[in-house]
Amino acid sequence: MKWLGLAAAAMAALALAVALGPTHVPLGALPTSDIVRTLRLPRAVLAFGVGGSLALAGAGLQALVRNPLADPYLLGLSGGAGLGAVLGIALHLASPWALPLAAFGGGLAAMALVYRLALLGGGALDPRVLILAGVAVGAFAAAVTTAVVSLSEPAELRNALLWLWGGLSGASWDTVLVFCAYAPLPAAVLLAAARPLDLLALGEEPARHLGVEVEPWKRRVYFAASLLTAAAVAVSGVIGFVGLVVPHAMRALWGHRHRPLLPAAFLAGGTLLVLADTVARVAVAPRELPVGIVTALVGVPVFALLLRRWTAG
Amino acid sequence: MDGGLILEVRDVAYRYPGAAADALAGASLAVRAGEVHAVLGPNGSGKTTLLRVALGLVRPRAGTAAILGRPAARWPRRALARVVGVVPQREDNLFPQRVRDTVLLGRYARLSLWGAERPDDYAAVQRALERCDVAALADRWLWTLSGGEYQRVRVARALAQEPRLLVLDEPTASVDLRHEMELFELVRGLADRDGLAVVVVTHHVNLAARFADCVLLLAGGRPAGAGTPAEVLVRDTVERVFAWPVAVVPFDGRPQVIPLRQRKETP
Repeated sequence: MKWLGLAAAAMAALALAVALGPTHVPLGALPTSDIVRTLRLPRAVLAFGVGGSLALAGAGLQALVRNPLADPYLLGLSGGAGLGAVLGIALHLASPWALPLAAFGGGLAAMALVYRLALLGGGALDPRVLILAGVAVGAFAAAVTTAVVSLSEPAELRNALLWLWGGLSGASWDTVLVFCAYAPLPAAVLLAAARPLDLLALGEEPARHLGVEVEPWKRRVYFAASLLTAAAVAVSGVIGFVGLVVPHAMRALWGHRHRPLLPAAFLAGGTLLVLADTVARVAVAPRELPVGIVTALVGVPVFALLLRRWTAG
Repeated sequence: MDGGLILEVRDVAYRYPGAAADALAGASLAVRAGEVHAVLGPNGSGKTTLLRVALGLVRPRAGTAAILGRPAARWPRRALARVVGVVPQREDNLFPQRVRDTVLLGRYARLSLWGAERPDDYAAVQRALERCDVAALADRWLWTLSGGEYQRVRVARALAQEPRLLVLDEPTASVDLRHEMELFELVRGLADRDGLAVVVVTHHVNLAARFADCVLLLAGGRPAGAGTPAEVLVRDTVERVFAWPVAVVPFDGRPQVIPLRQRKETP
């Protein structure tokens, strides 16, 4: 029943995203419209993939760092990707793929740095150190980003700022294709980690006693969640709160077992971002809001509500 | 080799990285099916370190630890979890959970990566719940349980692994008298009726003396005595190890240790 509701919500969101837009397309003309075929549909599909990936990565990372308030960006990824993108803008990289690749590279560099820092204490990946290293790397990247932005020209600055708040206006069937070719592998790793994550919630040693190879699983989850987030950031900029709020809300509905939780988070995250992107396109048409602003405006109050539930319970 | 021998720890030594002295040295333990072994000793005497070595979580720097004849550190965790069930001293409850779900976690090592739980798994969970007398609690949230009920649920989870060796690390810390006795009766029954080998680390010298077949008394990481309770728990040894005057009296054929009040100094 819950699954049916979720599937229906996803379908409705996608239909809405295709039907609504700054240009009015009559309902009967939708299937044949070029606007729908080349703009709205790939954008909706990409929004779904990105939102789902962020929520899935968020749910996995929350279990990995043993903190239900963790976010996929907590580990410095968004800072690194932002820096990469801003550098790409400042250097006037021209090719349409330059910016996503620069952001992706920045995200991967941050991921590698955080991972290396988290291993300084020895061979084991310590989630607490992971968070601290993520915060440090993120702050450093933010400082360099601001330095680059402050030295750039007004037009570049506007582009950079808009990019940092996320947007799906670059969506095309090409981006959809690249994203869909790339995302399934890390997503599958996270889904396979569902049971180990259930056990890791007991603590590392209890998990070991129950048969989990703890270190390999922690690494797999960290890399899969990071790679998924980096891809999402590369095609759509930094979209906040989806990876934080959606897994949290799904825990309230589906409980804490990760086998149902992870796919539910994917579906709900996709639905939420498709809706948010539709609002971003339509609300101030013909201009467009960065979708990260919409998710933050929706996400912060929802998060506050969930926090109240959490602390009251 | 002895067919019933499940865990054999021989003369192991272990030193924590960077430490100046061994946390454990010369400790041995041989546990057969149907036997209950108690590991006793003051705080910091190496009890938990011995368990870590025995369970292959760390490699001893001398001696050997083998489970079913295979070096403990060389068992893949998944394969080991099908042979050894552990009730650790502490664990986290990051997320609220129901009793049946937490016991189901015991089946992890028997499930495939993608596959769902099979009827076998649910049957094993039900058997474990009933064996530990917690079937009536199956749908309760863990946080609503009393300390004694919670410990029995954790034993049930270990039993859901269908192990041949059960290891309990201080299972009766902060549990009242009745639940303490229930837990030790359960453990004894698991050895007698189900043929499990059991190792229990405990601070309860007297419960160990009543229920265990063999006692290993550790002091400063070294064995201060090993054998039947009557052999090990003699006054001199107990006083030396725990640094406190005691009387040892027989009860029901087993030694019971009674700590003495400190004599008042008269000026």
